[in-house]
Amino acid sequence: MTQAISTDTVEPLPLAEGVQGIVADWSSDQRAFKNVPWGKAMMWIFLLSDTFIFSSFLISYMTVRMSTTVPWPNPSEVFALTLFGKSIPLILIAIMTFILISSSGTMAMAVKFGYEKNKRMTFVLLLITAALGATFVGMQAFEWSKLIHEGVRPWGNPMGAAQFGSAFFMITGFHGTHVSIGVIFLVIVAIKVLRGDLDHQRPGFLTGRKGSYEIVETMGLYWHFVDLVWVFIFALFYLW
Amino acid sequence: MDYVAHDASAFAPPAEVDEMELYHPKTFVGKYIWSQDAKVIAIQYAITAIGIGLVALVLSWFMRLQLGFPNSFQFINPSNYLQFVTQHGMIMVIYLLTALFLGGFGNYLIPLMVGARDMVFPYVNMVSYWVYLSAVLLLIASFFVAGGPTGAGWTLYPPQAILQGTPGATWGIILMLVSLALFIIGFTMGGLNYVVTVLQARTRGMTMMRLPLTVWGIFTATILALLAFPALFVSAIMMLLDLTLGTSFFMPALVSMGQQSEHTGGNPLLFQHLFWFFGHPEVYIVALPAFGIVSDLLSVHARKNIFGYRMMVWAIVAIGGLSFLVWAHHMYVSGMNPYFGFFFATTTLIIAIPTALKVYNWVLTLWHGNIRLTVPMLFAIGFIFAFIHGGLTGLFLGNVTVSVPLSDTMFVVAHFHMVMAVAPIMVVFGAIYHWYPKITGRMLNDTLGKFHFWVTFLGTYAVYLPMHYLGFLGVPRRYYAVGGTDFIPASAQSLNAGITIAALIAGAVQAVFLYNLVWSYFKGKPAGGNPWNATTLEWQTPDTPPKHGNFGPTLPSVYRWAYDYSVPGAEQDFIPQNVPAREVARSGTKT
Repeated sequence: MTQAISTDTVEPLPLAEGVQGIVADWSSDQRAFKNVPWGKAMMWIFLLSDTFIFSSFLISYMTVRMSTTVPWPNPSEVFALTLFGKSIPLILIAIMTFILISSSGTMAMAVKFGYEKNKRMTFVLLLITAALGATFVGMQAFEWSKLIHEGVRPWGNPMGAAQFGSAFFMITGFHGTHVSIGVIFLVIVAIKVLRGDLDHQRPGFLTGRKGSYEIVETMGLYWHFVDLVWVFIFALFYLW
Repeated sequence: MDYVAHDASAFAPPAEVDEMELYHPKTFVGKYIWSQDAKVIAIQYAITAIGIGLVALVLSWFMRLQLGFPNSFQFINPSNYLQFVTQHGMIMVIYLLTALFLGGFGNYLIPLMVGARDMVFPYVNMVSYWVYLSAVLLLIASFFVAGGPTGAGWTLYPPQAILQGTPGATWGIILMLVSLALFIIGFTMGGLNYVVTVLQARTRGMTMMRLPLTVWGIFTATILALLAFPALFVSAIMMLLDLTLGTSFFMPALVSMGQQSEHTGGNPLLFQHLFWFFGHPEVYIVALPAFGIVSDLLSVHARKNIFGYRMMVWAIVAIGGLSFLVWAHHMYVSGMNPYFGFFFATTTLIIAIPTALKVYNWVLTLWHGNIRLTVPMLFAIGFIFAFIHGGLTGLFLGNVTVSVPLSDTMFVVAHFHMVMAVAPIMVVFGAIYHWYPKITGRMLNDTLGKFHFWVTFLGTYAVYLPMHYLGFLGVPRRYYAVGGTDFIPASAQSLNAGITIAALIAGAVQAVFLYNLVWSYFKGKPAGGNPWNATTLEWQTPDTPPKHGNFGPTLPSVYRWAYDYSVPGAEQDFIPQNVPAREVARSGTKT
């Protein structure tokens, strides 16, 4: 695993603008996306595929919700939390969403400092992002345990349609898995940054290709995608 | 007369991408087992796919034995029969054809044809194969668990797929679903590689519109697969949950075998929509690589440029796009709003336009060509027959009013076998005969090849032509036995017996093909670098078979499209893609 490739251009290409630029790029030789490293192109296409997975999940959820004859539990009651003697609807989920969206901000800053080759700041911001992600997963675990405690199960629940629990655990579980995988990879990338692997272009994870600060951006693409998916889950599951 | 060529230039732009450095393994295990070389991975994929495909072939024999000679065989009971039907379909469509076209031909041909040293991420590519292999092993394991593999039909429709009473409802269905999920994960790793390699790792001068149609077909099919498999992945997960955790995504409340099930309020139609949102593009995941490969075979062996290259490219892209809008034509009798039927019939018939365009272009490529009836050419022409045939019956089944009475009859079986079994497998054979010399350095035996072609071609026709007639009679598909039914004449049984005999022969002749593969590897005529005088880059490699890294010290530069055959004024009847215009004008072609 020692061999590698640099996908850097020999020199930056002059890029045409607008639609003409797209046509020029696609009708050119060698690369359709100019100045885009392979890993980043691959991540974009993977995310497109993943979009279809989450869309299928969410459309399935909407279908079973509409086709079941049993009333659907009221989300603002189910997802309410009693704080200081008052029941506040959606408070936990609001905090979780806030945390996850904030982590997108720290991720974006990590990418910026990465391109400036600021090792320390990139490392710190990646760790903060990972910590926020881990907090999100932790709060999700809390929410799961609360619902399980209240009798919600994948196969049924006391509040209404059985599909409520099924869809909830499946979709948030699948999303939570995405976040957890993201946290693990954020830590891996952070360690690579700290060790100077990217400065010395040591090969990356599961590949023989040379490491570069572009992998921070590739990591960021995944992280922003996971956040964006959460926005849809939030809107369709908690607000509907 | 001055030499004129389509789309040739003397100039290849400067390199934008640095030379790809490769990890060269030194041990046998690194070279051939845990290999990161796309060519070795391709062969691993191909051998695994053909191996499991042979299992499916034998399963089809068992089915035919029951249909042709009912109750003559002790080992075939109704449960087994359903398991044979299910596993035959699933293996052939996914584990053989998808894996062979994309994992096999994709891995071998994409880097060579676009002028790259390997796939962009060889390590991930390697993992892709091993995940695929584990999916295949799980599938095989399902034959040995209690209750055997699932017998729910390859469509796995709930509720019956997971109800007790369906064969394999205890373990078989679980293994099937897990195996499918693994297949999709493995495929995604490979598929991302194929797409990015085509988009981002082409050599100097290789524009998208100079790619051989083989690459266009595989590239578009891979994109379809990356967008269609997610729906199958999700439905597999949801069905697994229905099975193991007792959720009710697909399972309505029902009484099964006298017992009220624990499920409540699920939506079985949802599964059908998800399944066919995957299932219809899947048809084109198999067909598009076949379209691409056959275009190249026809052009090379007719010594003529492909007719309407750009049209062919856009037709592939258009078919790929449209294939996502037609899925519910598989569900006309499932109980949909009739307006949906109207919509899906319309989109289905629109696909006929780009498809017919491709057929015309293939025929026009042959027109006035210098046709050489080599074995690959025979198979390519066989493909055109089978495809026109299956395509026309597709028009019957695309129309709601014609389709409804034909639903679930043998006519449907005849249609889809013609269009997505016989047609693609013709291309698979043609492609193997065509590229075997590059892969091994030796020619396949011609006599055995021609024998293989004629028996396979006539044999499959003897199987599927009469099946259309059985379908018009109303003989249902997937039935273990029809029994004494008034509307089916007794002669249908003799026809069924004839079909079975033809199927046994057409299947058995594949042994000749396998023998040819092995025999020619050791004893075949040495092929040389470019036995078919073809223009594409894989035939211009310095070594045959190509070494790791594909091209010698420098990558080739591309100066023209892939179809400069019989160019007026050129000395030879082909000009390879890496020959610049000035060399043609001066001294004929370089070989």
